[in-house]
Amino acid sequence: MKKITFPITDEQISSLRCGDRVLATGYLYTARDAAHKRMYDLLQSGESLPIDVKGQTIYYVGAAPAKPGSVIGPCGPTSSYRMDKYAPSLLDLGLKVMIGKGARGDEVIESMIRNRAVYLIAVGGAAALIAGSIRKVDLICYEDLGTEAIYRYEVEDMPLIVAIDSEGNNIYVR
Amino acid sequence: MSFREIQAKEITAAVKKLFMDCNYYIGEDVTAALEEARENETSQLAKDVLTQIIDNDAIAARERVPMCQDTGMAVLFVEYGDRVTVSGEGFRAAVERGVSEAYTEGYLRKSVVSDPVFDRVNTKDNTPPVIHTEIVPGDRISITAGGKGFGSENMSCVKMLTPSAGVEGVKSFVLGAVAYAGPNPCPPIVVGVGIGGTFEKAAQLAKKATFRSVSSSNPDERYASLERELLSKINEMNIGPAGLGGRTTALAVNIETYPTHIAGMPVAVNICCHACRHKSVTI
Repeated sequence: MKKITFPITDEQISSLRCGDRVLATGYLYTARDAAHKRMYDLLQSGESLPIDVKGQTIYYVGAAPAKPGSVIGPCGPTSSYRMDKYAPSLLDLGLKVMIGKGARGDEVIESMIRNRAVYLIAVGGAAALIAGSIRKVDLICYEDLGTEAIYRYEVEDMPLIVAIDSEGNNIYVR
Repeated sequence: MSFREIQAKEITAAVKKLFMDCNYYIGEDVTAALEEARENETSQLAKDVLTQIIDNDAIAARERVPMCQDTGMAVLFVEYGDRVTVSGEGFRAAVERGVSEAYTEGYLRKSVVSDPVFDRVNTKDNTPPVIHTEIVPGDRISITAGGKGFGSENMSCVKMLTPSAGVEGVKSFVLGAVAYAGPNPCPPIVVGVGIGGTFEKAAQLAKKATFRSVSSSNPDERYASLERELLSKINEMNIGPAGLGGRTTALAVNIETYPTHIAGMPVAVNICCHACRHKSVTI
């Protein structure tokens, strides 16, 4: 099991291979459908994003509410293909890691290769288990979106699998 | 004819408990199927994914937190006795209140938006639910409730097959739907198949089929045999747990049928993820 850090380094990206299982420690941002649409619309109208995605990680997740005394509620990955329309624009701005579940489209994979990025997956539906690796949660923006707002998670040994590496090798193509 | 009166608050309390329990506690049938699948896998990765899912479901039950962050849109199948009356605010309002209380007080995710196309504003209490009501003889109300996640719901489909397509047409449509869904609906999945009726009846039957135990079979041996054959073919697809390859793509294929028109043979496939959550109560 490889250990990686977020934000990830270029050396770590180059070393990751499709099928590798990793434990990630550091911080990442969350965004799913509604936050992606807002960021995409900003870019379309020539405005800047509320977060600097250069070198960063985005986890496609909308967590369940935290019970009193918990850092976070269950927070497994959501299906990544719904973010395919928006992902290439973010990759072109330097986004390095996307985390979700399921397949990605060809345009995303081409953009990943061009921009030297990786796509990691968490096990869908293992939400209560994944919550155990989240240490801290901060709201960053789009509070009105509730579970779909952009948060910053500090993670420790978050269990992930490399689904598509920076050369485009794809775990779903067998 | 005398009517039995049920208090609205009794319905609310029952619905609240159903949605909290189904999100915290996976059914024993699903746990048993996951454990059997893990034994049957030869790939270490497939075994490890199944272990994560089994461990996850145990954590959820122990800590009383939802097994998946997508606690779903609330779906209820109701058998409403024709000699029951619900006092107070009435049945519909009582059910909505139960859903609202479960999702707010039970720390479940609120995933429903008010308008599907233009506003998409969260309703903040996961209402409204989708309620399928059937009037039946008697003085009781039976409710089967489940939280339906949309990773798998999005991979569902309906096809208006015609009679000449026959059973081969059914098989080809179901297998095509599962292959198209691939890794997206959080396999291992439960495949609900509805055949017959009309366009919307087939879809409703497919959903109802996912609410049946994964260890059950259609009582008609011809359909039970079709369930086994489809399950076997689906598990040869090598989609596997989390879509990473393996022998377990589906835990069950459940088929429900209804009479249909001389010109038609509607078929619907409703896919459910491994967090196949549903609980029942009779009041």
